[in-house]
Amino acid sequence: MKFKLILITLLLNFNLASGVEKKVDQNTIHKNLRCLVCQGQSIADSNSDFAQTIKLVVKDLIKDGKTEREIYSFMSDKYGEWIVFKPELNKHNVVLWVLPYLALIFGGVIIFILVRRRN
Amino acid sequence: MSLNKDTNYSTNFLTGKKISNISLEYFDENKFYKEDDLKKNNYTLINFWASWCLPCRQEHPLLVQLSKEKNLKLLGVNFKDKKKQAETFLYNLGNPYDLLTKDELGKSSVKFGVYGIPESILVNKDLMILKKFVGPLSTEDYDSIIKIIN
Amino acid sequence: MLSNFGNLLLFINIFLSFTIIYSALKCLKISGKFIPKTIYQISTLQSTLIIICFFTLIAGFVVSDFSLITVYQNSNSLKPLFYKISGTWGNHEGSLLLWVIILTIFSFLFLIFTKNHPKEFRILTLIIQNILILGFLFFILFNSNPFSAISPIPKEGLGLNPILQDPALAIHPPLLYLGFVGSSIYFSAAMASLITNYSQTAFANSIKNWVLISWFFQTLGILVGSIWAYYELGWGGFWFWDPVENASLLPWFAMTALLHSLIVFEKRGLFYFWVIILCLLTFILSVTGTFLVRSGILNSVHTFASDPTRGIYILSFLTLMIFSSIFLLFKKYKKENYDLNPNSKETFILINNWFMMFYLITVLLGTIYPIFTDVLTGNKISIGPPFYNIVIIPVVVIFLLIMAIGPKVKWIKEKFNNLKNYLLILLGSILINFLIIILFKSYSILSNLIIISSIFLIISSLIDAFESFKKNKTDFARIISHSSFGLLVMFIGLNDIFSVEKDYNIKLGETKNFDNYSIELQNLEIEKFLNYKAVIGSLEITNNKTNKKKILKPEIRIYENPQTLTYEAAIKTSFLKDYYLTMSNIDRSDYYNIKFQKKPLMIWIWISVIMIVLGGSLRLFQNAKYN
Repeated sequence: MKFKLILITLLLNFNLASGVEKKVDQNTIHKNLRCLVCQGQSIADSNSDFAQTIKLVVKDLIKDGKTEREIYSFMSDKYGEWIVFKPELNKHNVVLWVLPYLALIFGGVIIFILVRRRN
Repeated sequence: MSLNKDTNYSTNFLTGKKISNISLEYFDENKFYKEDDLKKNNYTLINFWASWCLPCRQEHPLLVQLSKEKNLKLLGVNFKDKKKQAETFLYNLGNPYDLLTKDELGKSSVKFGVYGIPESILVNKDLMILKKFVGPLSTEDYDSIIKIIN
Repeated sequence: MLSNFGNLLLFINIFLSFTIIYSALKCLKISGKFIPKTIYQISTLQSTLIIICFFTLIAGFVVSDFSLITVYQNSNSLKPLFYKISGTWGNHEGSLLLWVIILTIFSFLFLIFTKNHPKEFRILTLIIQNILILGFLFFILFNSNPFSAISPIPKEGLGLNPILQDPALAIHPPLLYLGFVGSSIYFSAAMASLITNYSQTAFANSIKNWVLISWFFQTLGILVGSIWAYYELGWGGFWFWDPVENASLLPWFAMTALLHSLIVFEKRGLFYFWVIILCLLTFILSVTGTFLVRSGILNSVHTFASDPTRGIYILSFLTLMIFSSIFLLFKKYKKENYDLNPNSKETFILINNWFMMFYLITVLLGTIYPIFTDVLTGNKISIGPPFYNIVIIPVVVIFLLIMAIGPKVKWIKEKFNNLKNYLLILLGSILINFLIIILFKSYSILSNLIIISSIFLIISSLIDAFESFKKNKTDFARIISHSSFGLLVMFIGLNDIFSVEKDYNIKLGETKNFDNYSIELQNLEIEKFLNYKAVIGSLEITNNKTNKKKILKPEIRIYENPQTLTYEAAIKTSFLKDYYLTMSNIDRSDYYNIKFQKKPLMIWIWISVIMIVLGGSLRLFQNAKYN
């Protein structure tokens, strides 16, 4: 009975949650782009000339109806992968994305073995 | 804020890429300069500059020298500048550009992957990027350009 | 004069370290359980002299003795006294001296406080710690000497960077160093334990307070760094997953795992080798972090000015440490026999360690991966907040649930009759989350999960406190720390969900509108101060629903010496939310760029961390009382 109650409430929760619009947010994009003339800041945080120009370009791209993905690929096409803070999932970076979870699974297996090993 | 020579911006990944979707506004007229116009040249050096940029003055004499090359056309992009001041700059230091365009807000330059100024991009007839120079052109850069276009 | 005196003291300390190592080795050969008085005396002398040495450097900064290169490069006679003093450790060379002081004093204190432990173990710890001290003293003397002299003596110093003149930044390094440099003592103790085969549970007793102390300072140091970033750097955030921030977080994960593993080791004698590995790992990560930060190999906001020889030295030292650790571990490893029930406290602590290692690997990978891709493929990539958030947050959801259940599980074996209660608490958490959605707004699925699981942890801890209070068996330290961790995650989650950020280009007299707010740039004034000129903007924020008005005054500061521009955020803090506003000028235009942020519950994030630290200090206090 309790299980069902929890399940229903969770579903209700998530129903509301998925209603959150995924429209392109200018600020999110600014935070994900690196200011290339600064030392490790994002476009959102930087006051540099470069950052201000990029903000204008992003505004135009959003107005043209580009998706977030398209904007990131536009930028990385012009400036290289390092302008985006989220590394793309390609053959170079697959290790980066996969290794943590592999480690998690590996650790879990070890614990499982240790616990299984009874004297 | 202008760029000095000692920066660590990688430009190698751009070499071999083609530039496309070019639309630069003529400095004096309300026309736009497009890709096809660029394809008419054997080699084009696209130079981003402004009157308020100190290192641009440094490299300017080299640009004037380059303008004498028959095989090379110089396309200037006046970056985030005021018309009057740009004109005075060219009047005083000489106009090396075969074609002059302007980018008042700097947005078009982003399409060329420009970080700041001065920057120069050397492209061939097929609009393939041969080399990108970040910061003012040095004499070594000048030599390498001469080598490529001849 | 100061230069010669300082150098002399450094030389004497090198000599003293060698003397200690020699005497200690001799002492090993003699029978008897007591360490001769001379070793105590030399240790006392060693600590005293290094403190005097440090004060010598401070004196150099205070009197602005520019004959010392370090003072010349990092100070200025116009600096306020407080910042002259804190400038001593705010640079590479001076901070290394701080390293040595902590290494030395911890060595001395460990010697004094471990009188009930085997002589061989204490002696070996002393020897290894002194090898570390020597390593750093040589580094200082041959590569980064704060007492290096310059001639002719310059009239004025170069160091007047305004960003570095801040109280939080002044105490941030000492706090962090007491943390990760302090971990050196249990690195040495672990090596000593391996060599002398001191694997009884009493070993836990010798190091557990040191682990707690270093963890206490490390957490505080990270907190102060974040607070500084929030108030001073002007982007409104407090954690950027910047490589230098990550460098301080890596030892923290290891320390926290160690803290918990020691509980099991002390109670049941299990996981000895894992405890040893964590002791070694913590300090190894500390030195790794130092290498990453000072070698110049990383591009970050924090980077000290770099010099490649520094990196080479630190890397060699680090390699030596890692190889000797691995060698010893292999030599001394003995298989442990144990009988672990899946539903036991031991298993749950093992699970805590498992998650800590996951966080560690993720952050380590994210930090050094760009270096590898750059070196191997020439391809430069950036790894920032999006990566860490996507990888870590889902795992934290599960982690919080386990954190709630684990502490209540009995040692050795537990029955499953608590399940019903947990389901009830889960239901309660989901309902509270639901309430938040209804009252305010809905948010992403992942955010839902984080809020639910953090509330689950908080409620579980509170119920635990209530029930155990009735039986008079409350473990306040653990309950405070664990529930505060839940609070921390919850507040960070809510702050992230409900924050509003707006970016505008605005002219004097203009008003911008959004949601229920209006922002007007009412006034711009220019004021001249002692060493800078400030452009101060007066921006009025009006809440159109309540008609309440607030004025925020961000500044653009123009410093002359050296020529720098800084942006001072205007921050209005209250218990409910922070208003955050920065203003910068747009070149060649009369428009200003303003960034307005409304950040709910900001101050509770800091309070939560302080509470976590409080729990730890309570445990330390209890431990001290029982001894």
